Amino acid sequence: MAKISVNVNNQQLEVDFGKTILEVCREHDIEILTMCHLKGLTDVGACRLCLVEIEGVNKLLSACTTKIAANMIIRTHTDRIKRYQRITSELFFAERNHVCSVCVANGKCDLQKLGYQTAMDHIRYPYLFPHCEVDTSHPWYVLDHNRCIMCTRCVRVCAEVEGAHNWNVMNRGYQVRIISDFDTPWGESETCTSCGKCVHACPTGAIWPKAIVQGQLEKKPAMITELVEKRKMCL
Amino acid sequence: MKLVSVTTDLESSKNDPRIKLITAKIKKENYKTDALIEILHTAQNAYGYLPMKVLSFISKALYLPPSRVYSTVTFYHFFSLKSKGEHTCLVCTGTACYVKGAQLILNEIEKNFSLKPGQVSANNKLGVQVARCIGACGLAPAVLLDDEVQAKVKADEMIHKINAKIAIP
Amino acid sequence: MNRQDLKSIILAEKMQEQNNKSKHKLCVCCGASCISSGSDEVLKKLQEEIKSRALDAKVEVIPTGCMGPCNQGPLIKFLPEYTIYQKVDCSNIKDIVESQLIDKKPIENILLFADSRPKPYIDAREDPYFKKQMKIALKNCGHINPEKIEDYLVHDGYKALDKVLFQMSPEEVIAEIKQSRLRGRGGAGYPTGLKWETVYKYVSTEKYVICNGDEGDPGAFMDRSVLEGNPHLVLEGMVIAAYAVGANKGFAYIRGEYPLAIKRFELAIKQAKKLGVLGNQILGTAFSFDVEVRIGAGAFVCGEETALIASIEGKRGTPKPRPPFPAETGLWGKPTLINNVETFAAISPIINNGGEWYSDIGTPKSAGTKVFALAGKIKYSGLIEVPMGTTLREIVFDIGGGMQNGEEFKAAQTGGPSGGCIPSEYLDVKMDYESLINLGSIMGSGGLIVMDKSSDMVDVARYFMEFCMDESCGKCVPCRVGTKMMHDLLQKICINQGTKIDLERLEELAVYVKDCSLCGLGASAPNPLLSTLRHFRHEYENRIANSL
Repeated sequence: MAKISVNVNNQQLEVDFGKTILEVCREHDIEILTMCHLKGLTDVGACRLCLVEIEGVNKLLSACTTKIAANMIIRTHTDRIKRYQRITSELFFAERNHVCSVCVANGKCDLQKLGYQTAMDHIRYPYLFPHCEVDTSHPWYVLDHNRCIMCTRCVRVCAEVEGAHNWNVMNRGYQVRIISDFDTPWGESETCTSCGKCVHACPTGAIWPKAIVQGQLEKKPAMITELVEKRKMCL
Repeated sequence: MKLVSVTTDLESSKNDPRIKLITAKIKKENYKTDALIEILHTAQNAYGYLPMKVLSFISKALYLPPSRVYSTVTFYHFFSLKSKGEHTCLVCTGTACYVKGAQLILNEIEKNFSLKPGQVSANNKLGVQVARCIGACGLAPAVLLDDEVQAKVKADEMIHKINAKIAIP
Repeated sequence: MNRQDLKSIILAEKMQEQNNKSKHKLCVCCGASCISSGSDEVLKKLQEEIKSRALDAKVEVIPTGCMGPCNQGPLIKFLPEYTIYQKVDCSNIKDIVESQLIDKKPIENILLFADSRPKPYIDAREDPYFKKQMKIALKNCGHINPEKIEDYLVHDGYKALDKVLFQMSPEEVIAEIKQSRLRGRGGAGYPTGLKWETVYKYVSTEKYVICNGDEGDPGAFMDRSVLEGNPHLVLEGMVIAAYAVGANKGFAYIRGEYPLAIKRFELAIKQAKKLGVLGNQILGTAFSFDVEVRIGAGAFVCGEETALIASIEGKRGTPKPRPPFPAETGLWGKPTLINNVETFAAISPIINNGGEWYSDIGTPKSAGTKVFALAGKIKYSGLIEVPMGTTLREIVFDIGGGMQNGEEFKAAQTGGPSGGCIPSEYLDVKMDYESLINLGSIMGSGGLIVMDKSSDMVDVARYFMEFCMDESCGKCVPCRVGTKMMHDLLQKICINQGTKIDLERLEELAVYVKDCSLCGLGASAPNPLLSTLRHFRHEYENRIANSL
C-alpha cells in the first residue's frame, strides 16, 4: 500500500493512501468526535461533528467521508471547530425530548457522552418539544422516537449488514422520522428479522431491548464492526 | 410477527384499469428500480394520490423494500398519500374520454356541487379529481367513483350516482 | 441519417425560408405567463382571423416561446417589421390584423410599452428595453416555433454540432469552452470549461451528462422559458458536451411543476433522434449519445448536484458530502457532468462564434450574458438577458421601466433563498459573480425581485428561512435543526417578541449553519438573513426595541 505524508495538528504522519481522515486520526489516537459514524457501515457525514479544517480549502470537511491526499495539512481542534461541536450538541438535545433521568441508556449513552465532550453545561436554544411516538409493538424491542437523533445507523446496519431493509427515513427537514416498512408498527413488519443489530447500532436509548431496565443497557456496536470485518475476510 | 398480505386487496381490483397502466409503465422502464419516481408519477396521475395498496404493488413488482418506497414517496411534495375527500369522483380527461364529453361531466359536477377538479367539498364528503388517462379508453367517457369504473356515463346519470354515494352515512 | 442528408435538409429548409421572405410571420407568445393571460385563445382567434380573410398564403401564425416583457402580455409580434402589440385580447385582434396587414399602419396606442413611452417604437428592437439587452440563450426564444425542429435548423440549428463532430476533437471543444470563460449559470458560477475537462480526464467506459432543469428558486423562470421556448438549443449543448467529455448517455432532469417544458423537451428528443442528431451513430459518426427526461417531484434540494443524482437513481434526494465530486463519482458512481439549462444554451453560440467572441462580452471575471427574471415591484416584469457587468440601476430603471406606482427603490433580492438583498446605495453595482458576493449576495440562477418600502426586510428574511426549513432534506443537523431554530427566532422577532439575546443567537446560528451544513442549501440558507442584517440592521433593532 502506497504511503503518503500528511500533517495533522502539526504532527507529520506517514499513512496508507486511500484512507479517510477519520481512519488516520483514529489509528494515531487523535481524538475526533463522531456520532453517525460506525466502523463497518458506509459513512454519510450527517452529524457534522467530525468537521476538520484543511489548509487551502475554504470549507470545513467531514473527516469520515474525506480521503486524505498527499501533503494535506489538517487541523482538528481549532476554536471554531470546538465552538461548532458544542452548538451541534445543543441542537441535538433541543431537537427531540431527551430526559436522561428516566432513560435506559442513562450513563451509557453516546449523546450524553457528547454533551460532556463538548463541555455542554446548558442549552441556549429553545426546545422544539416535537410530538413523538413510542413503538412498543415488537415483542422484544422498543423504538422511542423522543430519543432518536436521526444518525441513521439503524437504517444503514439493517440495509448493509443484515440486508433486511426494515428501517428507512420518512419526510424531510425537521419532520423526518425513522420508519419501518410503510410507517407500520415494528411488530407488524414484513421485513424485520428481529436480529437486534439496530439495537446495538443505536447510540442512544432510542432503540432498546424490553428486558432491560434503567442503567442496565449493554450495547455492543463493536460487534457490528467485527461482523463486517469477518465477512470481508471470508470472501 | 404477523405477515400481513396486501396482495389479496389488490387482486380484487384486478379489473382496475389503472393497475394495467402502472404495470405497463414498469415494463416500459424494464423493472429498473431507479425508475421508481417515474412510476410513482404514473400511479399518482392515475389515482389522484398514492393508495397503500398501490405502493405495496409497486414495491413487490420492483423487488424494492416497502420502507424504501415509502421513504421516497414521503420525501417529495408532489406525492400525496391521502385522497382528498371521503368519496372521490375522478373524471378521466384523456383524449378518448375528452372527445366523448368528459368536460360536460365536469361542468355538470361544478354546477351541482360547486367543485372544480382538485377541490374538496366543505364537509369533506366529496373530492373531485381529474386524471390524464386511466387506461379505460374503450369505456369512454370513464369516471371513477371511489374505486368503481363508471362506463360511458352521461352527465346527469353521474350526478345521481354521486348523490347516492355521498348520501350513505 | 448522415452529415450529407442533414445538410440537404437544412439547405431545403433555408431555401423554403428564402421563398417565404415575402410572407409575414405572426408570432404569438406562448410562454407560460402569456398562456396564463390567455394567449392560446389569442392564437386560435388569430388563426381564424387570418383564415377568414384568406390571408393564410401570405401570413404564417406561429406559437413561440417567451418574448420577454411578461406582464405586458399576451404579446404578438409581426415579422419582418418586428412590431409587437401588447395586452392583446380577442376584442382587438380584428383591428390589429386589419391595420397592420391590410392598411400597413400599426395601431400605436396598443404597441408594446405604448402606455409608458412618449412614442412607442414600431420596430421593437429600437426600444431601449430590447436595445440594452443582448440575447444569446434567449436569442430565438419568442422567434421560432419550439415544436418545429425545422425552425431551429433554419436559425443555425445543429450547425455547431456538425462543426464539433467533423472539424473538432474533444480536446479542441474543451479548449474553446475554456477560452470563452463561461461559468455555470445555475448559481455557483464554476468555470464550465474546467468542469468539462475534469470529467473528460477520468477514464471510464461509462460517463453521463445531466442537464439540471430543477429550477427551484421561487421567482425564477429562466430555465423554464428556455426549455419551453427553444428546447433544441439546450439539447444541442448536451450532445456537444457529451462528445467533449466522452459520455454516451444523458438525462434532462426537469421539475414536475413544468409539464409544458417536459412535453416540449421530450418532443425535441424525439425529433432530434429522427433527424439523426441524437441517438446511435450521430450523423454517421462513431459517436452515440442518448437522452432521457427524468421528472422532478417537488424538492428544491434536488437542484443540488448530488441530490439530483440521487433523485435520478430513484431515491430520496439527499445530498452527499463533496469530495468526491460528481465529476469523479456521480451517477451510479461514474464520472458525471452536470450543467444548468442556461449553461448548455450558451454552448452552440460559443462553438459557432468562437470562445473569444463570448469572452469579450461581460467583465474580466464573468464572461458572457445572464438571463434575469425580473419580478416584484418593477414596472416590466419578465425575462431579460444582459451582458455580465450591466449595473443593477440599468436593469431596474433603463430596462425594467423603474418602480411601479412611482415608489422608491428599497432593495433587490438576487439568488432567491440562497442569496441576499442589494440596497439602494449599491444600485450601481455591476451584476457579475464577484461583485454580488462582495455585497453579501450571490448571482444565483437569475431571479431578481425588486422591493419598495412596503417590504419588511425582517419578514423577507423570515420568508426565505421558512422556505429553506421546508425544503431541507433533514440529513444533517445544522440545516435540519438550524433552519428551524433560525426561523422560529425570526418569527419571534417578526411578531414583536424578540429580544437582544434572540438576535445574538440568530447571528451565531447563521454562521454555524453556513459553515457546517453538508450541502449548498444549508450553507446558503442563512444568506438572506445575514444580508438583511448587514444592510438593514436597524429594522431588526427597531423591532426588538419595540417588542413587549
